Amino acid sequence: MSGWLSEDTRAKLLQREELTGSEILLRTLLLEGVECVFGYPGGAVLYIYDAMHDNPDFRHLLTRHEQGAIHAADGYARSTGKVGVCLATSGPGATNLVTGIATAYMDSVPLVVITGNVPTALIGTDSFQEADIVGITQPITKHSFMVRSAEELAWTIRAAFHIAGSGRPGPVLVDIPKDVSAERTPFVYPATIELPGYVPSPHPPLEAIEELVRAIQAAKRPLVLAGGGVIASGACSELEKFLCITTHSVSTTLLGLGSVSPSHPGWLGMPGMHGTYAANQALIGCDLLIAIGARFDDRVTMRLDGFARSARIAHIDIDAAEIGKLVPTAIAIAGDAKQVLNELNRLLEQLSEDELNAIKENIAPWNRHVRLLSEKYPLRYRDSDTTLKPQYVMEMIARTTEGAAIVTTDVGQHQMWAAQFGRYESPRSFLSSGGLGTMGFGFPSAIGAQVGNPDRIVVSVNGDGGMQMCAQELAICAIHDIPVKIAVFNNRTLGMIRQWQELIYEGRYSHIDLSGSPDFVKLAEAYGVKGLRATNKQEAEAVWQEALNTPAPVLIDFVIDREELVYPMVPQGDILENMILGDWS
Amino acid sequence: MMDFGKEYLSVTVQDKPGVLQRVSGLFSRRGYNIDSVTVGGSEREGFSRMIIAVQGEPQRIAQIVSQLSKLIDVVQVARFGSTASIARELMLLKLSPPAEARSELRSLLDLFNCPVLEAEADCLFVQVVGDKDKNDAFLSMISRYGIQELSRTGETALAKIK
Repeated sequence: MSGWLSEDTRAKLLQREELTGSEILLRTLLLEGVECVFGYPGGAVLYIYDAMHDNPDFRHLLTRHEQGAIHAADGYARSTGKVGVCLATSGPGATNLVTGIATAYMDSVPLVVITGNVPTALIGTDSFQEADIVGITQPITKHSFMVRSAEELAWTIRAAFHIAGSGRPGPVLVDIPKDVSAERTPFVYPATIELPGYVPSPHPPLEAIEELVRAIQAAKRPLVLAGGGVIASGACSELEKFLCITTHSVSTTLLGLGSVSPSHPGWLGMPGMHGTYAANQALIGCDLLIAIGARFDDRVTMRLDGFARSARIAHIDIDAAEIGKLVPTAIAIAGDAKQVLNELNRLLEQLSEDELNAIKENIAPWNRHVRLLSEKYPLRYRDSDTTLKPQYVMEMIARTTEGAAIVTTDVGQHQMWAAQFGRYESPRSFLSSGGLGTMGFGFPSAIGAQVGNPDRIVVSVNGDGGMQMCAQELAICAIHDIPVKIAVFNNRTLGMIRQWQELIYEGRYSHIDLSGSPDFVKLAEAYGVKGLRATNKQEAEAVWQEALNTPAPVLIDFVIDREELVYPMVPQGDILENMILGDWS
Repeated sequence: MMDFGKEYLSVTVQDKPGVLQRVSGLFSRRGYNIDSVTVGGSEREGFSRMIIAVQGEPQRIAQIVSQLSKLIDVVQVARFGSTASIARELMLLKLSPPAEARSELRSLLDLFNCPVLEAEADCLFVQVVGDKDKNDAFLSMISRYGIQELSRTGETALAKIK
């Protein structure tokens, strides 16, 4: 983790000497390998910011809102696989982090969230800028700590990193009262962290894996459902090997996009509410469903009585509590996806050539069937030469970046178009608020992703609604020359809400009109960011090339068709079978 | 609705501030019902034991166990049924029996081995220890003697076999 520190620096940091709590905090963060903290100062963290003042090793990025800071840390973590860190003051600073903490919690993103608090003596007295942030965030953190003395600090920060990054990752909050950050104590960096009873990764049960091998041998219509856990575990090549051995077809969830290359012959696309016809038909018809690091979100399963009705379900998940939570599970394998897949592949490779051929022959008709559906019912849209279609823009971004860009999104129509028409050739390339569905996540998370991946193209795809929930962070891009390409899919409306009101609420459009929004090109320019606009395909191609050729942040206002809908769609509360394919079918 | 037997979750937790809140918060936000909870010391220094009495589908209770096990301050969760365990609850009662019923009450308390902790002119403080069913039965029997106040701890329990 701390590979970027030189041995000399590391030795210097490890020196035992008396330090303030703030100095201990910064040293411990550096020793944990933190290359950038995203934060915002305030009264309760003044000692911590003071310690940064003459510390050249420590990199801090000042956002314009605490929510921007935590989403940036989140984007950094999702794109690098490392623990993201953000810092805010007590009270309002801390409560501004709440949405970001919940976002990271729902999508299992490793974060260490540091908040200041009022001095210990004032805690519980309703003092100025006091909030019980440990209490407030308990349901949305993997764990939280209140540090009661400087002596506890180094251990607590190390423990926070250990908890956040191990097992099923998640956000960990560390609340530091102001006096603790000022208190002097000898610095001792703990060599190891022992947490009694904490088993980050359960040892996968061999019998269940053997049973899965037998189920694979017996299956005629198997399907793999790969989720974000495959990416978190770093198990993509193991999954690829499994698919190669078995020739199974595979669907990747929203958070699983990038775990399997879209060019893989067995890839059926994303399932669920706005999933592909082939993926959903495969879920409906399969007789063996192997879910790996996927948690059967309701946007994937839709109504449970219509989900994988005739399938035996095998569930591989590092979090035992996910297994059997929503769907009856025949083969439960609690364990790390990479470890389980390795074991599974090993057992499969021990089968005889005849047995392996039998697996492939058994499922060949089914594979032909679902892959034909993929060809027959691809995701598509009605293109236009006069108005600009968002799907076209996504295809253009995918084409020009060859599926190698990191794309981040908020929630809503643009998110689904980015998932459907983008191309993600490698893991950690599609960053999206899947579980919580947070507006205002996309752009700040792109900033964090760019900080963590200076050599990659990072594209922030936003709606015109979500862009206005985080636009203030344009300042960070300009000041620090963070060359994120910011695409605004501007339809002058809250598109997904409008879509539901059109399809489900009989066209009774209520409070979805966003006219009166700023001119996004001028907004970007006001912050010192280059702004461009496109209203048709030719313009889109031209300005996008210009953006790609600009080694600096650029905002592109893609003025898209206001009435465009996301298809296919399964209405909420319905079963997968009842897909609306759209007006082109 | 099917009738499910009572089960106990014996939850060993680190003795740290906020642990009770973490556990109870988990139950409320996931919509699990608790019959009773007790918290106190355990055989290990620095660790407390919570005994949570629950009823429900076995699958649902398995889910509760998994969720509890994920809490960092939870060190261990054991699950056992009422036949495989010994459970006791303490009740303190303040009784004010009519004068004519006093001697009858006294002999009933003797019969049930319930010590009178303190006797005042018009009331008795009584201690009752038993499992929940026995305590419920005792209360329905004693109710006619005028229960002024009642405080129940909820059951604590130990599994018979490890």
